[in-house]
Amino acid sequence: MGLPMPAELTRDYAAVGGRIAARRARGPEAPNYGAAIFFLLPAAILLIVFLLYPSLYTVLLSFNRGRNGAFEQWVGFDNYVRLFGDPDFINLSTFPPSGALWNNVLWIVFYTSIVIFLGLIIAVVAARVRYESVIKAIVFIPMAIAATALAVIWKFVYSPDANIGLLNAILGNFGVSPISWLGDEHLVNFALIAVGIWGSVGFATVILSAAVKSIPAEVIESARVEGANERQIFFRMILPMVSLPISVLAVTLIVNVIKLFDLIYVMTAGGPGKASRVIAFTMYQQAFQAGQYGYGSAVAVVMLVLLIPIMVYNVRRFRTGAVT
Amino acid sequence: MSVLAAPMAGSRARTPAGRVVATLNHWVIHIALGLIGVIWLVPTLGLLVTSFRPRSDIQATGWWDVFNLHLTLDNYRQVLEAQGMLQAFVNTVFIAVPSTFLPLAICSLAAFAFSWIKFPFRDTLFLIVVAFLLVPVQVAFIPLLTTATSLVPDLQLTRGYVAVWLAHTAFALPFGIFLLRNFFITLPPDMIEAARIDGASDFRVFSRIVLPVSVPAIAAYGIFQFLWVWNDLLMALVFVQDSSKFPMTRAIQNLLSQYGTEWHLLAAGAFLLMIVPLIVFFSLQRYFVQGLLAGSIK
Repeated sequence: MGLPMPAELTRDYAAVGGRIAARRARGPEAPNYGAAIFFLLPAAILLIVFLLYPSLYTVLLSFNRGRNGAFEQWVGFDNYVRLFGDPDFINLSTFPPSGALWNNVLWIVFYTSIVIFLGLIIAVVAARVRYESVIKAIVFIPMAIAATALAVIWKFVYSPDANIGLLNAILGNFGVSPISWLGDEHLVNFALIAVGIWGSVGFATVILSAAVKSIPAEVIESARVEGANERQIFFRMILPMVSLPISVLAVTLIVNVIKLFDLIYVMTAGGPGKASRVIAFTMYQQAFQAGQYGYGSAVAVVMLVLLIPIMVYNVRRFRTGAVT
Repeated sequence: MSVLAAPMAGSRARTPAGRVVATLNHWVIHIALGLIGVIWLVPTLGLLVTSFRPRSDIQATGWWDVFNLHLTLDNYRQVLEAQGMLQAFVNTVFIAVPSTFLPLAICSLAAFAFSWIKFPFRDTLFLIVVAFLLVPVQVAFIPLLTTATSLVPDLQLTRGYVAVWLAHTAFALPFGIFLLRNFFITLPPDMIEAARIDGASDFRVFSRIVLPVSVPAIAAYGIFQFLWVWNDLLMALVFVQDSSKFPMTRAIQNLLSQYGTEWHLLAAGAFLLMIVPLIVFFSLQRYFVQGLLAGSIK
């Protein structure tokens, strides 16, 4: 599913960087304002104009009717009340629940756990064979290509025409009549999540493979000499030692899910009906297709709010690293 | 090198029964990995084969029908010329190249300030940059579009590439600054101090010392950013409004909505979109993975 922002992945190691920075980068004795301004100005201008100002604008606009993106009529929390009362956004009255936000929950639960599970299995198992790098490269290829291309590849695999869609052709051999994977509102989210998993396992494999290999060989070997079996080694040694990279990976994947857009937009456009919408899709649809800028802003703010705990976690982690 | 390769060779294969178990395990592993290889390769391969098959064949039989294989370049010819994919390819290059080099330049400058120039609130400002890492692009869409049209209605920023270049650049900054700063601070302070004692200006230290020794890190980040913008659909959807300037991702999205079942066109189009990232990936795999792991193995 395209490239994730790997930003979050470097977070843990930022702690190390922070410590080094604190010790070393004291720079020359006196503050050098001129140089600081020269080096920082381009970045500062862009960050203020394209990130800071728009964020504040969007937050304010979410309390406004915001026709044409202008501040014309203050409506308080109306947009939020409407949003959380909208069954297309979140509907908890049925079982299973539905709506765009609920679909993000499905994505977080299934996509995140299965990507990490498969990534860890492949990382550990592939390490035992000589063609490890080949397997890792094959699994990693989807990471390099656009979500738009992934969408075409999998629309093709899922095609209900058994002369075109590989999946239905295979099932046809077992006498199963063609299934419309993307046309059935009960299947569509899982069909999409499967594509997401296929696209992201390579990323997890590369990260976790590096983590597994950083465990000293002697440690594993001595456990083996002591008589530990492979299962014990995996669950009692490898798993605890890669728990930090796993949690970092989990956070990255959750951020991916909250920002997920391209794949859904190209594969199903949120359909059938509104069955496969996710929050980022709803924002785009409300703002640019329905022209509801105030309402769309409220959706964007919900996205921002969902990401704030992760932001705080990042900053706190970085700080503890920098202080010591 | 792998730690887990060890048991295959020795330890448990001492008894005959142990040897049988080891061999069996071995086969299970090969079969499982083979299956994974197939699952991760076949969908892409299927589309690749399809992109070379004539339209009539695609409608008649599945691509896996290898005994009935006729190959043609017609699909590519049609999608490049009649469907305007050639123009879209050029547009993608026009979008991706400045959207890679602008952030590289601006991030390097800022990262240098955050690592080797002393000024008040440096760490606080850097933490703000770290916090910006996760701001979703969605919060910028409405304000940027409305402000751009109200400030300069005649200039029509979104008619050209300026809006998308700047948006890509701005949203690349937090990560780029973060990544490069974490690399720059690992450079030996003695090297930088020595240059300063010799009277080198900050810009000279930056351009003659820090940049040359940081090429691997900058390249890793550059490759990453390049693929990111090459593959982007969302930013182009919002910030490129002139259909003659659409990148390939949008062109394919249009193909899909107009000719959803014309697989000869879709397959060829998708491969034109994939070809550059695949070349980059296979030729620069090491940098690519390095960028991803950035500092994580240290």
